[in-house]
Amino acid sequence: MTVLNALVRPGRTRTLAAFGLAAALLLLAPVVLSPFRLDLLAKFLCLAMVAVGIGLAWGRGGLLTLGQGVYFGLGAYLMAMHLKLADAGPGGVPDFMLLYGTGQVPGWWEPLRSPVSAILLILVVPAALAALLGWAVFTRRVRGAYFAILSQALAAAFAILLIGQQQTTGGTNGLNGFRAFFGYDLADPVNKQMLYLIAAGVLLVMVAVVRQLTVSRFGELLVAVRDQEDRVRFLGYDPAAVKVVAYVVAAVMAAVGGALFVPIVGIISPADVGVVPSIGFLIGVAIGGRATLLGPVLGSIAVSWAQTSISEQFPSGWIYFQGALFILVIAFLPGGLASVAGTLRRRPAVAGLSERSPA
Amino acid sequence: MDIIAQLFAGLSLGSVLLLAALGLSLTFGQMGVINMAHGEFMMAGAYTAFVVQGVIGDAGISLLVALPLGFLVGGLLGLLLEATLIHRMYRRPLDTLLVTWGVALVLQQVARDVFGAPNVDVRAPAWLSGAVEIGGLALPRTRLFILALAIVCVVALALALRATPLGRRIRAVVQNRDLAEASGISSRGTDRVTFFVGSGLAGIAGVALTLLGSIGPTLGTSYIVDAFLVVVAGGIGQIKGTVIAATALGLMQAFFEYSTTASVAKVLVFVAIVAFLQLRPQGLVSVRTRSLA
Amino acid sequence: MSDLSPAAAQPETEIDLAAAEALLGTDTSRFRHDYLEIRGLRVEFDGFVAVRDVDLTVTQGDLRFLIGPNGAGKTTLIDAVTGLVRASGSVAFGRTELLGRSTHRIARAGVGRTFQTASVFDELTVLQNLDIAAGARRGPLTLLRRRPGTPEAVEHALETVGLTALRDVPAGVLAHGQKQWLEIGMLLVQDAHLLLLDEPVAGMTQAEREETGQLLRRIGSQRVVVVVEHDMEFLRSFADSVTVMHQGRVLAEGTVQEVQNDPAVVEVYLGAPAAASDGAAAGATAGAVTSEAATSEGELP
Repeated sequence: MTVLNALVRPGRTRTLAAFGLAAALLLLAPVVLSPFRLDLLAKFLCLAMVAVGIGLAWGRGGLLTLGQGVYFGLGAYLMAMHLKLADAGPGGVPDFMLLYGTGQVPGWWEPLRSPVSAILLILVVPAALAALLGWAVFTRRVRGAYFAILSQALAAAFAILLIGQQQTTGGTNGLNGFRAFFGYDLADPVNKQMLYLIAAGVLLVMVAVVRQLTVSRFGELLVAVRDQEDRVRFLGYDPAAVKVVAYVVAAVMAAVGGALFVPIVGIISPADVGVVPSIGFLIGVAIGGRATLLGPVLGSIAVSWAQTSISEQFPSGWIYFQGALFILVIAFLPGGLASVAGTLRRRPAVAGLSERSPA
Repeated sequence: MDIIAQLFAGLSLGSVLLLAALGLSLTFGQMGVINMAHGEFMMAGAYTAFVVQGVIGDAGISLLVALPLGFLVGGLLGLLLEATLIHRMYRRPLDTLLVTWGVALVLQQVARDVFGAPNVDVRAPAWLSGAVEIGGLALPRTRLFILALAIVCVVALALALRATPLGRRIRAVVQNRDLAEASGISSRGTDRVTFFVGSGLAGIAGVALTLLGSIGPTLGTSYIVDAFLVVVAGGIGQIKGTVIAATALGLMQAFFEYSTTASVAKVLVFVAIVAFLQLRPQGLVSVRTRSLA
Repeated sequence: MSDLSPAAAQPETEIDLAAAEALLGTDTSRFRHDYLEIRGLRVEFDGFVAVRDVDLTVTQGDLRFLIGPNGAGKTTLIDAVTGLVRASGSVAFGRTELLGRSTHRIARAGVGRTFQTASVFDELTVLQNLDIAAGARRGPLTLLRRRPGTPEAVEHALETVGLTALRDVPAGVLAHGQKQWLEIGMLLVQDAHLLLLDEPVAGMTQAEREETGQLLRRIGSQRVVVVVEHDMEFLRSFADSVTVMHQGRVLAEGTVQEVQNDPAVVEVYLGAPAAASDGAAAGATAGAVTSEAATSEGELP
């Protein structure tokens, strides 16, 4: 197949064009936005990374994961721990431990001193946890609502654990007051801009990864597992393995989003990772169109933006708004805005949101 | 002695969980509807007790009035939810979860705007203050009352399902919706009644919770996750499973808490449930069917 | 493409036996044939014994029909062989013991099945359905890439079941009979050597039944095929041999003729002792009655 052929294949040009447009817009942002707004956008991009993963796991794979805050939080806390240790200098002790703790760095913090192992752990720990939990529940055919409830319980347990371990996790306050990011001063606007560009680049890579997964044979298999898990089993596949892959990819994306969230926002606390924020990640995905490629990203950014602007003016208004979004979008527009806009070619997988019974 | 104290703490926690989960086992376990607003129905029951006490004053009478009224408030909220949203979503259980989550958010904010964000207190009646001494162990009367209330609710629900014509209709619809309809049972009507009763039980649970401490708009959120875990571990469709699972979870939490900390105990309970589902993926008690799903 | 209604998806589709040959091969050698051997099979649901003491042997080249009244345990037997329900006893396919294996491993051992209600992936295209069926042995790297073209086996299967023109249509809009053919096509590309078909011609037109029967006969010459079917006319036209099940047991086994003349079978279907009537008459009666019973039974839910 020639290059030309590949380019004009239906769907591909459109996707490439959309991808290019998104990249151009993201590159343009530092020029037109104030540093404050750019910082905000960078934060939204981190949250959008979680949404990209949810789009794959939930939209394509039907895995309603209500606990992505756990993976977001793991990535964020691991990064925050590393930044804390780096700020404290070689052999130093993070400030909050001197205040609340024994003044000793616990042994399990030590691997995070090295930047390389910190980055590795940010990727490996969430992936391992997701693989373990996914394997445990999916091989036993725990699915649908049961999986949703377990993932939510995991988020609840994680947040409670963080709060309970004040000496080593900062408790309710979380971890904050970072001075530098891998040696770059976080107070310097130039470095903040660099962080934004990193976030934008990472997000684009994630979108590209999900696109590849979606158009690949794996993507077709994932849809097949979502709609007729048992039928797939009778064809000789283990559906659990397919689901675990999607779940792990979503977890790693959430973790990377969390890891970048920390230097950009400057704080991570249990309030960002518990049950409520975990479900909150879903609404952007649902609005944008859960089974589409860019829908989750755009929806997530739009929701984050709405949250910031509405809460600024009417603090209680946002909750009503968010509640109303959940009710209206999910009940009356399950395909999200993408299904209305009609800009996307109506693919069978986009239209389909059929579910099996929870059992 | 410690063991007995732990045992009582566990049973007491289990009875609270049971009250919270009993309604869920009816709506989720039997109808397959995941109602995340169930916790907010509990919260509504708790605030009902608060309002009733504001009107009546006497703590004893207000509690006795609040229990049936809380049932009614919770039940009517459930009925409203079923009639407006849930009935159009029976084929999309996972989406129902998210929709009812939206309802939960709205209800919480309503409570915040009406009653204020800070917690409020409901006084326990005099006859529930203090403790009963048994073998040198002080058992708070409020906790004993909740234990008794949970037992009464379970027995009443079990009897209602078994012995009344309505209960038989509910069980018929649960077991085979199409066949029940073909035999002239209105499944719409039965769904509504089931939802009313299940949500009403949440209201009762909320009233009971006012005896344990102050109440606030987020009261429901703190119980809903555990209550769902009870239903998952208990298995679909039978009250028996819910009772055993609630008791077991309460006991586990109490014993883990005793040997570690409350937060670690939560994690351990979660791990235990995942491990348990390895052995019994369908939960403790399950009705086996031949269907592919 | 998206507004394609089932009616629009009707353009004539036909089974192509020549294409089946490319998939099945032409090897009919009696020395290398596969066989299914079930011994002492027992399935129990919470105290209720759905299948008991079943012995059954089916060899390649012997198109076997499994019949019996509702509740006789036919589908449960298939469920047991494919690992959907737990069973005791022994189910061997060739030298491979199937009992105790998980469903997807049984499928990989070469066992494929269809369901009473055609179950295809509605949102995926016909081509994607077949491609997934063909791919259980693909490695991770192949899976993570886009399908480069149409695999040869899939192409042959499309031709065999006459769906080439509809390859890019979502399977959900196919007509009922076409879905069932698609399922058979999926079994072919799956490279199943033991095919268990649960009512493959239910709801098909007479012409479609005829074509399906020819295809099954063609498949049966190179594969081990077991068909659960109520349609007696279909059975008489295409069955090489028949096993009758009743209340979880094998009641009779033999050629169509033998089974029809079996007094026990007559009794089950007729509900009266058959001993009184003489052979030929019983045969004729049983034939008529069996077909009648089956037809009416087929109409029950």
